[in-house]
Amino acid sequence: MTRPIIVFRGLVALLACLLAIPALAQLTIEITGTGANRIPISIAQFEGETQLPKSVTDVVRADLERSGLFKVIGIPSTLGETATVDAADWKSRGVDALAVGTIRAAGDRYEVRFRLHDTVKAAQLGGLSISMNAAQNRATGHKIADFIYEKLIGEPGTFSTSIAYVVKTGGRYQLQVADADGMNAQTALSSPEPIISPTWSPDGTRLAYVSFEKKKPVIYVHSIVTSQRQIVANFKGSNSAPAWSPDGRRLAVVLTKDGNSQMYSVNADGSGVQRLASSPGIDTEPTFSPDGSYIYFTSDRGGAPQIYRVSAGGGDPQRVTFDGTYNVSPHLSPDGKSLAYITRNGGFRVALMDLATRQTQILTDSAKDESPSFAPNGRMILYASEIGGRGVLAAVSTDGRIKQRLSVAAADVREPAWGPLPKK
Amino acid sequence: MRKMIPALLAALLLAACSSTPKTESGGAKIEDRTPGSGATTDGNAGKIQTITPDATNGSPLAILKDPKSILSKRSIYFDFDSYVIKQEHQALVEAHGKFLREHPELKVLIQGNADERGSREYNLALGQKRAEAVRKALTLLGAKDAQIEAVSLGEEKPKNAGHDEAAWAENRRGDILYSGEF
Repeated sequence: MTRPIIVFRGLVALLACLLAIPALAQLTIEITGTGANRIPISIAQFEGETQLPKSVTDVVRADLERSGLFKVIGIPSTLGETATVDAADWKSRGVDALAVGTIRAAGDRYEVRFRLHDTVKAAQLGGLSISMNAAQNRATGHKIADFIYEKLIGEPGTFSTSIAYVVKTGGRYQLQVADADGMNAQTALSSPEPIISPTWSPDGTRLAYVSFEKKKPVIYVHSIVTSQRQIVANFKGSNSAPAWSPDGRRLAVVLTKDGNSQMYSVNADGSGVQRLASSPGIDTEPTFSPDGSYIYFTSDRGGAPQIYRVSAGGGDPQRVTFDGTYNVSPHLSPDGKSLAYITRNGGFRVALMDLATRQTQILTDSAKDESPSFAPNGRMILYASEIGGRGVLAAVSTDGRIKQRLSVAAADVREPAWGPLPKK
Repeated sequence: MRKMIPALLAALLLAACSSTPKTESGGAKIEDRTPGSGATTDGNAGKIQTITPDATNGSPLAILKDPKSILSKRSIYFDFDSYVIKQEHQALVEAHGKFLREHPELKVLIQGNADERGSREYNLALGQKRAEAVRKALTLLGAKDAQIEAVSLGEEKPKNAGHDEAAWAENRRGDILYSGEF
């Protein structure tokens, strides 16, 4: 996988630096590879935008550029929502799509109206009207970027989603939740003991994770809405590797109450423990298929760690990976058609298997990749990696072309999990 | 003076308690958002204070700290990808098994560890396999199930923070901790 890497440092990193709250370590995103055919798009300055303390269109431009699928072409013009667009003229300037808009003050709020033009087809692709307060410029920008992305790419955008991850600074561990662009990082939990394996409930309101604050691994479910949390599994021995069922009512977990690491399912409140499978060795890292019918997991039942799957209702597990001697950390794409996992192949790398054909592609060339999880639209895989001995997060598109790096200055970042799409 | 010792120890215990995170179920609060900014617990918050209130002469626990006793040795090292207690550690495990059999009132926590390579959750399971090997050996030597809890710290708490074979070998380990030591 040796493709030329185009480095677009700059806009995103610069924005992040300017807006960073100095006290909180900021997640900075660099784009280190882009799609083969980026759509040239212009986002005009919206009419009336100068009355806002913070720009909306800058957020839209940064989102689209960061996705690796758009080439944002800067234009000096301010264009209102109802501006006449000469499609042929824009097309001749190399702009395939154009967004225009108007922002009007309405009391202490603002009405943002925007429209998207396809200059190739000389057609309007619709628009949005959003009511916001001045502090919601980023959320509004993400909604507009999501609309543009969905119209032009044909799948939902993920600009309004959140990511969770663990930052280690000195001897302290912080579970943080940030916007998908790394902004607005909030600390959900701060502890002197390790925190691992955060994972989002399907409705995006809760995180399950493993904390070592009781000097052993214990599973918690933590509401990011109320900041309340409860212990889901604290049995004798270790409790780890939580995974939500697609309906959000149960968790697959790994317990050692009966010996080695084995999989069980529990209700989200910790009740109703049931065994899921049995092996003489290790079964761990369970993850549900999106339709809830299978649980994929890592097991050393064949000697070396490989990925297996078992029907959620029980039965005999089937082996899924066969190449190599170390295949771990399975995660299914949102459409259930592909499997991301970590394979040892020189280093530890992100691999992607098409489950229908069993064809496998190795997507990264780094040495210490861990914990892959899909963006909720299935386009990108977010994972942990290491650069210069420091933990960073990285994302790679399923075709291996688009690459992003997410890092926090002077801190280790690890254990990423991409949250679900917001409810419409 | 002698009468003051229990009071001092109690104070120490309280101090130790107050430096552990107040993160019980239900009370999850968002703690200091700014690492290192004024939070008084930051300096030593990561340390586990070891206090053995009754480790006076004549207590059975004194021998656990006596460097001349094999019972003061608590670490069992494992080979790569292995969960077998090596010959060189047999005497240590036997001594602790016998000690636990003779002192059924004592409890131990066995913490298994793994080196840093690969998946954190899989490494947690590998550490558990090592802790489980030690637990089984102690049980066979006469320790009761209720005396022992085998847990894993995976790759999360390396004894040696290095990234070479020597560091990894030191981190493939099971530790025996007695009540009051964890």
